[in-house]
Amino acid sequence: MEKVLMKGNEAFAEACIRAGCRFFSGYPITPQTEVLEYMSWRMEQVGGQFIQTESELAGINMVFGAAAAGARALTTSSGPGFSLKQEGISYLCGTDLPAVIADVMRIGSALGEIFQGQGDYWQLTRGGGHGDYRTVVLAPASVQENADLAYIAFDIAEKYRHPVIIASDAAIGQMVEPVELPPMREHDIDRYDWVIRGRKPGEEQRRMKNVFYRMGADKYPAFLLDKYRRMEENEQRWESLAVEDAELVLVAYGISSRVSKEAVKLARSRGIPLGLIRPISLWPFPQKAFDALGGQVKGFLCVEMSILGQMVDDVVLACGNRVPVGFYGEFSQVPEPEIIVERAAAMLNGKEVQA
Amino acid sequence: MLEIICSGFGGQGVLTAGLILADAGMENGKYVTWYPSYGSEMRGGTANCNVKLSDEEIASPYCGKTSLDILLALNRAAADKFENTLRPGGLMLLNSSLVPADRPCRQDIRVIRVPANEIAAEEKNAQGVNLVMLGAMAAASAAFDAEQLCRDVNHYFYKKKKKMFPQNEACFRRGMQIGAEAGKEGEP
Repeated sequence: MEKVLMKGNEAFAEACIRAGCRFFSGYPITPQTEVLEYMSWRMEQVGGQFIQTESELAGINMVFGAAAAGARALTTSSGPGFSLKQEGISYLCGTDLPAVIADVMRIGSALGEIFQGQGDYWQLTRGGGHGDYRTVVLAPASVQENADLAYIAFDIAEKYRHPVIIASDAAIGQMVEPVELPPMREHDIDRYDWVIRGRKPGEEQRRMKNVFYRMGADKYPAFLLDKYRRMEENEQRWESLAVEDAELVLVAYGISSRVSKEAVKLARSRGIPLGLIRPISLWPFPQKAFDALGGQVKGFLCVEMSILGQMVDDVVLACGNRVPVGFYGEFSQVPEPEIIVERAAAMLNGKEVQA
Repeated sequence: MLEIICSGFGGQGVLTAGLILADAGMENGKYVTWYPSYGSEMRGGTANCNVKLSDEEIASPYCGKTSLDILLALNRAAADKFENTLRPGGLMLLNSSLVPADRPCRQDIRVIRVPANEIAAEEKNAQGVNLVMLGAMAAASAAFDAEQLCRDVNHYFYKKKKKMFPQNEACFRRGMQIGAEAGKEGEP
């Protein structure tokens, strides 16, 4: 198929359209704004609805309404705007509604700055709102993957009736690369029997309410556990690179995984047995990638754009805390391949590597 | 792998110059990445983009700190900011319309001075400054076939606007003359 040159954010938006998304509501914020900009003209072309809402709260709650009516609905944001969406995401989870939300991460707490960052990992993977939930979180590392993951996100969301979050970052969103776009699909908003439609006389009035009210507190826990176990079993995604004989394995996602790939090449050219696990699903965390590793692995090094090392806990859990897990984090600068290799070599020489 | 930075004022077309290179690379079957400078910047502020072209998959989209092959510096600030990231033997194209002739340059790189603003003005295409620079680069660097890149430039604008822009090709070809006078040397 033909390749076109596109920005990550635009490829994401176009792939959502091609996945049958016909409803977008959201509010602009850098570095996510290109999604909104693209949708503002593209939705009209395909007969969908684009709404620039008065706030992020309105954006996520309109998505709730559209999802309840069966539409493939999308909202996107970044930084403080993404925080505002958390209540709505919790409601989607509580009500068993599918939707896709993208967080094009920027750095820092509060207003932070518009540069790339990966500081939302905990918020993304632990359930950023209130209550007992997590969402599927997919982290693209290229413009192509921005399109590919957007395209399957709606299917995953509907399979479990659960929100799926795309964890992109400013670098992946702003970067331009060739991309092969998937074919156009139409989505029938009446495809599922649970959607809300107009009620004919004599029909039962359907309402979207918390699953636990509908099911009762006795049946709800088993239902919820089953849903999460199925997601954990089926939705782990990752890429492993040069791990077969690796003695030290980098763990990195998104933009950090791009520079980590470069680091693996660099290390291998110097005879350092370095490999990489790139989680594509941040939740469920790709436990299977770690289970498949050989016994020669002496340690892991998390490479992230965060100061506190947010993914380290997950790597410690995934490897059963059997070997040391180091951390190399950067704040506003993207991690450098040369420093990654330096830290990796230090770990292989038995040194502790922290921040 | 070829690493190129296009840098200058916002509005000089440096991001477009990079996009043209990325598009040409893609059309010619190469792996490409384009990454814009990014900040609270505005028209008249600084702008730059990192372009990578390769026969193999590109891991990091960022140009290295000392491995840059080609720098298109459309103003002095651009030269000052990125000259030191060129590898020894790398190529720096200076827009001599804006960079003073007495600005000292590294001795271990090739420097080609291109009066791009004057040429673009002569061609009555003030927006063609970036294309003059690209033409000079293509003729002076062994990494490029200048005639092919000229076709790619035309193709790029044709894809966007569905018509031909002879004044763009004119700017590119004037740049080519300057690059050819400087001579083509080994990579780049």
